[in-house]
Amino acid sequence: MNVVEMKGITKRFPGIVANDNIHLTVKEGEIHALLGENGAGKSTLMNVLFGLYQPDEGEIRIKGNKVEITGPNMANELGIGMVHQHFMLVDPFTVTENIILGEEPTKNGLIDKAKAEEEVRSISERYGLRVDPKAKIRDISVGMQQRVEILKTLYRGADILIFDEPTAVLSPQEIDELIQIMRNLVKEGKTIIFITHKLKEIMRICNAVTIIRRGKYVDRVEVNETDENQLASMMVGREVSFAVDKEEAKPDRTVLSIKDLHVLNSRKMEAVKGLDLDVRAGEIVGIAGVDGNGQTELLEAITGLRKVQSGSIQLNEQEISNLKPRSVTKKGVGHIPEDRHRRGLVLDFSVSENMVLQTYYQPPFSKVFNMNYKNVDQYAQKLVQEFDVRTPDIYTPSRALSGGNQQKAIIAREVDRDPDLLIAAQPTRGLDVGAIEFIHKRLIEQRDKGKAVLLMSLELEEVLKLSDRIAVIYEGTIVGWVDPANTSEEEVGLLMAGRKPGMEVKQ
Amino acid sequence: METMQRRLRESPVITSVVSVLLGMLVGAIMMIAAGYNPIQAYQALFMSAFLMPYDIGETIRTISPLILTGLAVGLAFRTGLFNIGVEGQFIIGQLAAVIVALKMDLPPVLHAVVAVLAGALGGALWAFLPGLLKATRGVHEVITTIMMNFIALYLANTLVRNWLSQGADSTETIPESASLRWDLLSQAFGNSRIHFGIFIALATALFMYYLLWKTTLGFELRAVGLNPHASEYAGMSVKRNLIMSMMISGLFAGLGGASELLGTSGYLAIHGSHTGIGFDGIAVALLGANSPLGIVFAAVLFGVLTYGGPVMQFEANVPTEVIRVVFAAIIFFVAANVVRWMMSKFGNKAVKKSD
Ligand SMILES: Nc1ncnc2c1ncn2[C@@H]1O[C@H](COP(=O)(O)OP(=O)(O)OP(=O)(O)O)[C@@H](O)[C@H]1O
Ligand SMILES: [Mg+2]
Repeated sequence: MNVVEMKGITKRFPGIVANDNIHLTVKEGEIHALLGENGAGKSTLMNVLFGLYQPDEGEIRIKGNKVEITGPNMANELGIGMVHQHFMLVDPFTVTENIILGEEPTKNGLIDKAKAEEEVRSISERYGLRVDPKAKIRDISVGMQQRVEILKTLYRGADILIFDEPTAVLSPQEIDELIQIMRNLVKEGKTIIFITHKLKEIMRICNAVTIIRRGKYVDRVEVNETDENQLASMMVGREVSFAVDKEEAKPDRTVLSIKDLHVLNSRKMEAVKGLDLDVRAGEIVGIAGVDGNGQTELLEAITGLRKVQSGSIQLNEQEISNLKPRSVTKKGVGHIPEDRHRRGLVLDFSVSENMVLQTYYQPPFSKVFNMNYKNVDQYAQKLVQEFDVRTPDIYTPSRALSGGNQQKAIIAREVDRDPDLLIAAQPTRGLDVGAIEFIHKRLIEQRDKGKAVLLMSLELEEVLKLSDRIAVIYEGTIVGWVDPANTSEEEVGLLMAGRKPGMEVKQ
Repeated sequence: METMQRRLRESPVITSVVSVLLGMLVGAIMMIAAGYNPIQAYQALFMSAFLMPYDIGETIRTISPLILTGLAVGLAFRTGLFNIGVEGQFIIGQLAAVIVALKMDLPPVLHAVVAVLAGALGGALWAFLPGLLKATRGVHEVITTIMMNFIALYLANTLVRNWLSQGADSTETIPESASLRWDLLSQAFGNSRIHFGIFIALATALFMYYLLWKTTLGFELRAVGLNPHASEYAGMSVKRNLIMSMMISGLFAGLGGASELLGTSGYLAIHGSHTGIGFDGIAVALLGANSPLGIVFAAVLFGVLTYGGPVMQFEANVPTEVIRVVFAAIIFFVAANVVRWMMSKFGNKAVKKSD
């Protein structure tokens, strides 16, 4: 039976048709992937299904009945639950409090917390979510927070679950766990619509895929009748190469040199513990590691966003530790930050304004005290074209761009400043294969221009593909260097887990 | 042209206009419930402000300080700060201006200019401390500015009684040389108390627009207000901008206080409680959506209502308090963004009908 049927859905925003006559049919008990480039309109389509947006045209049938979904409450009643790309949780509240918010079970007019906790615990156990009902949201990891969002939908009795890019924020380990959870959910009779940019994930757990491109419907295919290459080309509209072709690196002088660095994390515990690292001009050094081993703190220390306790950071043989972010930038460091919404963009600024976030005070964007917005806009126009940032125009607030296009805007800004050292933290998180290809090319281009590139990614595959040398970080120090040409995911994986290579062999 | 486009995107004109209409509707319903004739009342209310040159002059005089306190609140809001201390900065502006007016002996015009500048400076310095505390110690500005309001009030009272007068309840009237009134202007408006303050206010509105959307400092102030983390990443000094924003906000408030004193009252009296003009600035900024032009319009509306209140009472027998209810209702509708909620409701209905 078809539990979800969306026919001819059209949704327009000022200046753009986000969904243009899109069809989506989902069968009961399947995991159905929704695939499309950044900005293709996936989130929009799902927001229509969840009642957050009203379609301009088209009809929706749920379990065979024609419905008009006027809001999330109505979606809930129809058994539709959604886990958004960005979570909607109340930080100081506990897991249970967040889950029952709006649907509190009461006893004598008071919230029956014991009962709620019991219920949360039982749902959690049933699907293998392993969430502590009493933990506070701010104390649990992103992966756990996501499970709370899933629990929230289950608690409300949803049997059609929409997951909007759930794996983009997860580490590889967490992804494996999520996939197991999704399998459990389907076993218990749930239906899942799953948005992801990772074709491997689709091949691994989905039954069918619907592909959309630039707001238009392309096709619906069964997963066992397709492969990654075909999916990629249907989605992008051309052949996509997964392999990164790059020449041998020609490393030159040392650009970045870090010695015995010590940095504290936000909880005042030592996160970087005597770390040494160097990056030379003309090479890409990849940092591989499990999330939370000091990567974030290391990059923030280099860029001046976090205080260095001791040790030295030299850029072009000049000490830059504990300089202000602006001085670091001026000395020739570009930074694609890990968290693009928190650090990378002022979301309510226009695309144009975001393009000069660091350089607004310099000519030609400024003269003495005054801004020259004409030059700013011209420059932004150029970057938007060059880097294929899809936006209705440069005056659009960055908030209205799709996640991938926001990232492209940041990358355009950082790469175009042509820094000696480019720090790229999770540069392709949440990006479609076409965009990933594009960004990888740009990073390699920087390298070939003789720039130093420091890449931090939680995705081992990306690190292996791009890097000329890999530094494995574990508990705040570099525990080993590996040559990507002569290593395997397994070897790096062991190092990342804190084990020296060779130890396993001896037993 | 580009900036126009930019501004229009952000403009919540509809919200404000509809909120005003709804607020007046609430007022009308109250009047009907209490047995008054709302049409007659509103007619009296709005006509009164424009009836005679004198009324126009007095209305403009009422509007001037509201523009300045509204701009003060609005500017701070833009940087993510809630400056409740506009009231206190306004009082310090009055105080500084009256001190210069009474204690210094300067030629006409120059005397007034120095007094106005002193008021502006006083307001800015009064706002500096909360800004500094916020930037360095993370103390919330709402707490500190409320405290500073009381300190300002009682400081002014003490100085008026013990230094600026011999134990009296108010200072002497300021000399002609420091006054912001201009006979020609007064005469043109039926000998009302209209004064230069309105020009100061309008110039300040222009200045705020220029500052925010034409200067690099404005770029920073807006960025910090919208996302301090990204601003820090981009190399802006969040602390410096917080302090700057508070000081400019205080400067606007101080200008308001100075021009009100030098133009309208002409002396500083002891007050048992706050003037309320600073707090009205919050309402004005909210209705004007923190944009200079919006604030000017909002101040005009509030000024007209304030000035027309007594006339309405006189002509339609409706108590002036109704005006405050209308104010409150308008603010409620803006703050709760009832308009957007209504639009989404009706929007849905329209979609339903069409298929
Ligand atoms: N509220 C909005 N107002 C204006 N335009 C919007 C709005 N939401 C989305 N858009 C535009 O609609 C298009 C589709 O966006 P959507 O978020 O659905 O993309 P997506 O497929 O989810 O992309 P991603 O994979 O990057 O998340 C984009 O061009 C985006 O800029
Ligand atoms: Mg999306």
